[in-house]
Order: sequence, then C-alpha cells, then structure tokens
Amino acid sequence: MIIELGHFALVLAFAVSLMQFSVPLFALRTGDRRLFAIAPYAAILQALLVTSCFVALVFAFARSDFSVALVYQHSHSLQPFIYKLTSVWGNHEGSMLLWVVVLSLFGGAVALIGRDVPQDLRSVTLAFQGLIAAVFIGFILFTSNPFLRQANAPFEGKDLNPILQDPGLAIHPPMLYLGYVGFSICFSFAAAALLLGRVDNIWAKYVRPWALLAWIFLTLGIAMGSYWAYYILGWGGWWFWDPVENASLMPWLAGTAFLHSAIVMEKRGALKVWTILLAILTFSLSLMGTFIVRSGILTSVHTFASDPARGVFILAILMLFVGGSLALFAWRAPSLAQGGLFAPVSREGALVFNNLFLSASCLAVLVGTLYPLLLESITGDKISVGPPFFVATMLPLTIPLALAMPFGQNLAWKRGAFLGLFQRLALAIFAAVFIMIVIFASRQNGPVLAPIGLGLGLFLGIGSFTDVFSRAFRGGGFMLGLRRAIGLPLAAWGTTIAHFGVALFIIGVSMTAYDEEKVSAMSINDSVALNGYRITLTDFRNYQEANYREAITKFDVSRGGVKVAVLEPSKRTYIMSRSPTSQTARYTTGFSQIYVALGDTGDLGATSVRVYWKPFVLLIWLGPAAMALGGLLSLLDRRLRIGVARRGRGVVG
Amino acid sequence: MTRKKRRILVISCCGVILSAATGLVLVALNQNITFFRSPAEVASLSIKPGTRFRLGGLVEAGSVVKGAHNLAMFSVTDGTKSLKVNFDGILPDLFREGQGIVSEGVLQNDGSFKADTVLAKHDENYMPREVADALKKQGVWQGDKKL
Repeated sequence: MIIELGHFALVLAFAVSLMQFSVPLFALRTGDRRLFAIAPYAAILQALLVTSCFVALVFAFARSDFSVALVYQHSHSLQPFIYKLTSVWGNHEGSMLLWVVVLSLFGGAVALIGRDVPQDLRSVTLAFQGLIAAVFIGFILFTSNPFLRQANAPFEGKDLNPILQDPGLAIHPPMLYLGYVGFSICFSFAAAALLLGRVDNIWAKYVRPWALLAWIFLTLGIAMGSYWAYYILGWGGWWFWDPVENASLMPWLAGTAFLHSAIVMEKRGALKVWTILLAILTFSLSLMGTFIVRSGILTSVHTFASDPARGVFILAILMLFVGGSLALFAWRAPSLAQGGLFAPVSREGALVFNNLFLSASCLAVLVGTLYPLLLESITGDKISVGPPFFVATMLPLTIPLALAMPFGQNLAWKRGAFLGLFQRLALAIFAAVFIMIVIFASRQNGPVLAPIGLGLGLFLGIGSFTDVFSRAFRGGGFMLGLRRAIGLPLAAWGTTIAHFGVALFIIGVSMTAYDEEKVSAMSINDSVALNGYRITLTDFRNYQEANYREAITKFDVSRGGVKVAVLEPSKRTYIMSRSPTSQTARYTTGFSQIYVALGDTGDLGATSVRVYWKPFVLLIWLGPAAMALGGLLSLLDRRLRIGVARRGRGVVG
Repeated sequence: MTRKKRRILVISCCGVILSAATGLVLVALNQNITFFRSPAEVASLSIKPGTRFRLGGLVEAGSVVKGAHNLAMFSVTDGTKSLKVNFDGILPDLFREGQGIVSEGVLQNDGSFKADTVLAKHDENYMPREVADALKKQGVWQGDKKL
C-alpha cells in the first residue's frame, strides 16, 4: 500500500511541477502578476510529495519488501540495516529518485528561504526549477519507475553489488547529488534573470549563497568518492580520471569559476554576461555528467543498467536544457548593460585570470572525456584517454592558477600594484624557494615535480593567510591584532581557509611522489620492512557474517620493535552473488598511512600482499574538507548580513 | 587607456591563454591515446612491437600460470586468435578463466603482451563493453543470456 502511495505521490509531483513551470510563465506573458504567488507553494508542495515518495521507497527497502521489483533486484534480507537503506540509491531507479528529491528540496528551500528575492525573479526561477523537475520525474515515471511490483514476491532478494556495501556509499552519492543538482538553482536563476532582463549585482547577491551551498556539497562529495575509491579498490590510487569521476570534476571546475566571477559581478557589476554563461554551463555539465553515468554509454561501478531508451531520453533532456538555455542566452545577452571598469592588475583582473584557467582546465577534462566517445561514434575506433593526457594538460593549467591565488587575494579592487604584493608575499616566496632548494639538495635523484609542488603548496599555504594577517596585525600590539583577526568578516576567513585547503591538497598530491610500495608473497611470520615499520603476517582467520564469508589476514605493524597496530585486510565472498571483494586495511599515523591490500593466495599457501607507505596522503582529502569549511564560513557570513539587513529594515519600517 | 583599448587588451590576453590551452590539449591528446584491440586485430593489423594498446578478450581456459611472487601468465582469446600476456602485479578479485578482461600494456618483440594493468568485470553481470563488441565481431558471442 505504501509503495502505491509513493507511486501516486510521484505522479502528483509530476503534475504539480508542470503547474509550477507553466503558471508563472503564463503570468509573465499575460502580465497578471498575481499568479506569480503560486510558484513558491507549488515548489514546497512538490518537495513534500517527492520526499514522501522517497520515504515510501526507503520503507520498502527497510522492510525488505521483495514484491517490489527494485528491492528484489538490489537488496537482501540479511544485509545489515544500513546497507538496506543505502541500497535505495545503489541502483539506477533509486538514484534517479534521489536526484529528483535533491532537486525538489532545493526548489522548496528557495521558496521558503528566498523571501528577500523580488517576486518575479523568485517565481520565474521556481518555474524553471519546476521544468527541470517535471522532465526528470517524467523520466523516472516513464523509463525508470522504482515502484513497480512483481506478481509473485520471491523469498529472498538478489543482494546489493558487494563493492557498494560500504559506508562510503551511504554518504558519497547524496553529497554528490546535493552538489550536482544544487547548481540547478543557479541555472534557473540565470534563465529567469535572462528572461526578465534582470541581470545585475543584486542578482549575483541572491545566487551566490546557493552556489556556495552546492559547491560545498560537491567538494565534499567528490572528496569522499575519491577516498572511497582509495580504500576500496586496493590500488592505493585516489583518482583514476575515469569518465565518471571527470563528470563530477567538470561541474566543480565550472562551479568554482562561477563562484569567483559572481563575486566580481556582485561587488563591481562587471563580468555579467560571463557569469550568467557560467551558471548555465555549470548545470549543463552536471546534466551531461548524469547523461554519461546513467545512459549506459560507459561501463563502470557507477552505471547500474544500460537501457538504450533511457540513454535517448536523457540525451533529449540534455539537448533541451543545454540548447534551450544557450539559445535564451544568445537571444538576451547582447542586451545586457556593460559593467564596471578595471585595470588588468586588480582583484577583478586576478579573478578573470582564475576564470580563464579554470574554464580551460574544464575544457581539457571535457575533451579528454568526450573524445573517445566521439571518435568511436565517427570512426568506430575504440580508444581510451588515460591519466597521462590529464596530467599533461592539467598540470600546466593548474600550476599558474595556484601561483596566482595569493596574488589575487591581496590585490585591491579596480587597480592594484604589483610591487607591494611582492613585499607582502615575501615570506611565502622565501619559504617556498627555501624548501625547494632543501629538497633538491638532499634528494638529488628524487622526483622533480614533487619539490616544485611542495614549494607551490607552501607558498599558497602561507600566502593565503597573508591577507587576513596584514589586515589584523597592522600595528597596535599582538592582542589587538588577535582581536582584529577574530573581528574580520567571516567571508575573509572563508577565502583564507578555502585557499589554504587548496594548498593542503597540492602538498598531499605532491607527496604521493614519495610513496613506497612493496609487493611480496607472504606466509605466516613473514615480514616486510617499509619506511622504518615492520609489517608481519601473523594469522589467517575465517569469519561468517550474515551475508558474506570473510577470510581475514592479520598483520602486526611494529616500529623499533614496538607493536603499534594490528591490520586486518580481508577477502569477502558474498553469498548471493558469490563474487569476491577485497578489503584493504590502513594504519594512520599523523597524516600518513600504511596501506595493506591482499592479492591471490598462491599454490604454496603464500598470499601476495601489497604494502604501501603513503606519506601525508590524508591531506589529499583534508584539503577539500578545508575548502568546504571555507565555503561554509563565507555562507554563514552572508546569512548574517542578510539578517542584519532585515533587522535594519524592521527598524525603519 | 580608453575603454575600447582596455577591452581589446583583456580579450586578446584571454585569446592567447585559451589558444595555448587548446594547443596543449591537442598535443597531449595526440601523444596519450591508447587504442583498444582484440587478439584477432593484433594479428590482422600486424601491430609493431613496442606499441601501447588495450587488449581485450576472454582469459583462455587452462592458460593461467602463476609464477613466483606476483608474476602471472595467461592467454587472452577472442575465439579466433589468442595472445600470451605477462603480468607482474595483483590480479583483480574477479579474474578467472573464461572471464572477460581488459588489459593495458605493450606488445613485446617475441609477440607476447606485457601488461601493466588488468581489469576484470565489476560484478557477475558485467562484461567490458569493448570485449562484448569484439566477441560479437568474431561471432563467438554467447548472447545476452547473462545481461
């Protein structure tokens, strides 16, 4: 019964979203502005309906209701409860429903929170949000319905793909979707602004918090996916330039560019056309990512099913939104007024630089991702574009970007001076050069790029604090400086922390050059020495869990004869699918890890074991976490300001 | 500087950077693509030793020999031709005889293939798409019974 209610709620949501789309646009056409008022209510209603049908599906999974085809296909009664819940989105239909839930929640949030937004802008924005929802709910209802029943309910389900039975799956997809789909708000805002001819700095002020929110989630989602891949796949790698990963990286690059250009638009009224275009492109890239992942033109862990009808449907959606919005852009953009002037050396100039390099790297990723698909459809040749391509293009594009970041942060709006910059950044430059010389001198045959990366990271790390430091400690003693530092606007701290996160990330990535790896066949009491640690195989154990058998291999990790940790990597065989998976084990010390992965058991009972020493590897993910924290600080700052403005108005009124 | 001059300056800077980026992408693309080949294609296209490509097919039954440490030797077949593969590393969990795999590596002088990655399918229902296509081409595709 609950399933049918959920199904019905989805159909209702479809109808509501059609209304949410058509009525405000009708109002715009006829000039009957009273009808605008319907949009927020429709958006909230739609969010409630979609959420309740998601809850209905969660309920079916939680109760292992195998009369629902989807539950039968992707769940098992003996699965731990948490994985019963995550099975909801560990499949095509459920993950599309999650996509739509996030979409509706963002629409509902704009309706609830965005009361400051002028009525016409808010309603037309929600209308476009309604259009996206209608199209995607239609997609679910017509091609990927999660609520289909089957006549004879089987006793047992077919189990979730074992590789997906992991805590990482609980968090990674919802986070990623909150980011991916969150940018739909920016898209709808941009389309509405173009339609209404309301492209000004106020617009940027309304959009930025939403963009920030989406960006925070996207950053965290990508970082989590990367960490998941790192520990589950057992190769010790953290990014594989897989098309599906690229599909999430592209909106991130474009979204980051958008965040920065929206600052210029808000503060200086410049770069309007470009900012609008970026808002459109960011969500278009999110849609393209959905297409790549969901259409089945690629095969990876992320593609659950390949049904040509779905691929064509999503391609049609993609063309509708990308084509439609770009046409709207081409039609309205020429009529936009010119923005403020600025000198090439200025905060604006630096942000233009940022945008250029971010969009160029986004373009490089796009080419690398789509070229194989394009070539195959034209010539039939099957090729793959691997990591070397991305390394060769991304390094030259991101290094200047990172170099420019501290400079841009310290430049004044409108017109800045280069000379003063070098004075301010003297410490950062000195530290970076110093560390590079020290590393090159001490490791003459070591990697070449890594010391440069470390120098760059140090420069950026120190440089990102230069701005707040010089604003706080400008005379008057240490305590006064400290008080000034605390009193600085949160947004200043946000920028600082986010840029510092980039520095941490660069340091973490550079340190991978100093990874050590030992592959050996080990029996009981064999040991490997790695970077001062001794890893000894001590025991084999077998366990029987509810839905899998687990063969654990135990290792003692010791340093200087003292045991510091026990590691238990394992091989699991899932009962239903009979497919084996490997679990790695890691020992964390500081920011570094010892990473143990198991291979096959050979003829003589020796197990092949791969042990890695990964210095400062955690910085690769702590960096993005810091970026997200920086975003959060900026977001809080903005909310505070909106609140102050509201209070001020209250006093006047 | 007038507004117009300034604008031209900014736009030309952008143009220079973007064309440099495009050039970079094209050069990198030229150097870093790898083709997908089936064993039959390796034979018919007479690929030179030293060429890097991705080899796909089924692991031939009875061909897997595991040597000391992590050394493994096996043959990859597409039903008509087969190719010997040497691999030094940890084989994926789902690697077994009769399984579809994709492997990236370099063709050696003795006609064998030295692999540096071996990828097997992710789950029971998954066959690398290139392998499926290659098998269909050779007419030994067993149908979509599992898919």
